[in-house]
Amino acid sequence: MSLRNNLGPAFALVAFTFLIAAFALAFYWVPTDADQGFSQRIFYVHVPLALTAYACFAWGAWKALRLLWTNDSKYDLESYTAVHMGVIFGILVLVTGAIWARISWGVWWSWGERQLVLFLILFLFYCAYFMLRNSVDAGPRQARMSAVYALFGVVLIPISFLAIRLSENFIHPVVFTRDGPQMAASMFFVFCLSTVGTIALATALYHVELSGKRLDLKLKQRRKAYS
Amino acid sequence: MTRAIAARQYVCDVAVLARKDARLELRSRDTVPAMLLFVVGALVVFHFAVPVDLDEETERVVSFGLLWVALLFTAILGLTRAFVAEREQRLIDALVLAPCDRSAIWLAKTLAVVAFLLLAELIALPAFALFFEPVDGATIAAVLLANIGIAAVGTVLSAVSAASRTRELLLPLLLLPLAIPIIVGGIGASVTDEPAQFLAFLALYDAVFAIISWSTFEYVVTE
Repeated sequence: MSLRNNLGPAFALVAFTFLIAAFALAFYWVPTDADQGFSQRIFYVHVPLALTAYACFAWGAWKALRLLWTNDSKYDLESYTAVHMGVIFGILVLVTGAIWARISWGVWWSWGERQLVLFLILFLFYCAYFMLRNSVDAGPRQARMSAVYALFGVVLIPISFLAIRLSENFIHPVVFTRDGPQMAASMFFVFCLSTVGTIALATALYHVELSGKRLDLKLKQRRKAYS
Repeated sequence: MTRAIAARQYVCDVAVLARKDARLELRSRDTVPAMLLFVVGALVVFHFAVPVDLDEETERVVSFGLLWVALLFTAILGLTRAFVAEREQRLIDALVLAPCDRSAIWLAKTLAVVAFLLLAELIALPAFALFFEPVDGATIAAVLLANIGIAAVGTVLSAVSAASRTRELLLPLLLLPLAIPIIVGGIGASVTDEPAQFLAFLALYDAVFAIISWSTFEYVVTE
């Protein structure tokens, strides 16, 4: 387990280039949305953030599965860091979603927006994940329990999505929808650029955070060994 | 042939373990009376929490919402007690050492929790019908399906929280986000005209989470 890590800066560079390009194009090149006007441009931030958060949760669950499968403790930190990143990006999704809702519909929160409601549920779920980690003593047991809970989370995502769709049958109909007109090719291009940039940013942060956590663990072990 | 013997052994293990939980409850009478009192108390509190002059349809929807909240909280109350005996008497170590599949522990505990929930609902549903609204078949079916899902997930999480420092505090936090789909399915089955899709959704939830709980329980209880 090497503490040296060159992947972080490399991904950071990719993220920097792609995000700068995506934002520049989103502001100056892409045509303004006919329906929603200028504010639609937050789409190029909001949706990539959401996709990145899903990717982080999925990555965390995959590492959790590897941990249970192989019983190798190195996967624990990887899973934890991925979930950590997912929560940070999830909070950003909630914030950008709230801003978009405020501009489009004049309210900060709308229960009619499925993605936002789903992220609220996931936010609650993964906050409980942190509570769980904090209230169990560090060790293989903590790693396994967290892994089991992270696996529950990745199953909860599609089930909750289905539940939210079903709940619209009796809570209220969808008044607002964002699936407006088909995306123009230029919009889709900028969206892809932004998505790649955001995922690269998450990966860079993941590597930085992971090496920090590994260093922390190593220090603790050394301190224990010498005392 | 050996597979058949193993399967029969598994069923025997589950039956013995479930009987142990039933016997413990019969002797101590801790959990079920508490659940009964809680669910009736919650319904009475809800009567005062809801404004009286609602139109009929709104009142019906709100009442069923309250019923589901009451049932969920009652289940959480029961689940917080699910592994107390195992923890206090260090019984869980013996169970893990026992020569049976660890998932049998989960299945037995889930069956016990479902049985406790059924007892609580045997009082709660008539009480609800008496105080609020008549209960139809779809609601009863939804309650039965929801019991399975909530007991399956709750048993794993109860074992998790029993091993944590914060104990009972942790369980509701872990369980509530996972219980949201159950509430959606339950309320949908109770208040809409087409309960079939909601019952199907509850069955899907039960199947998915029963499988994942059954297969992961082992990792939660082993040291």
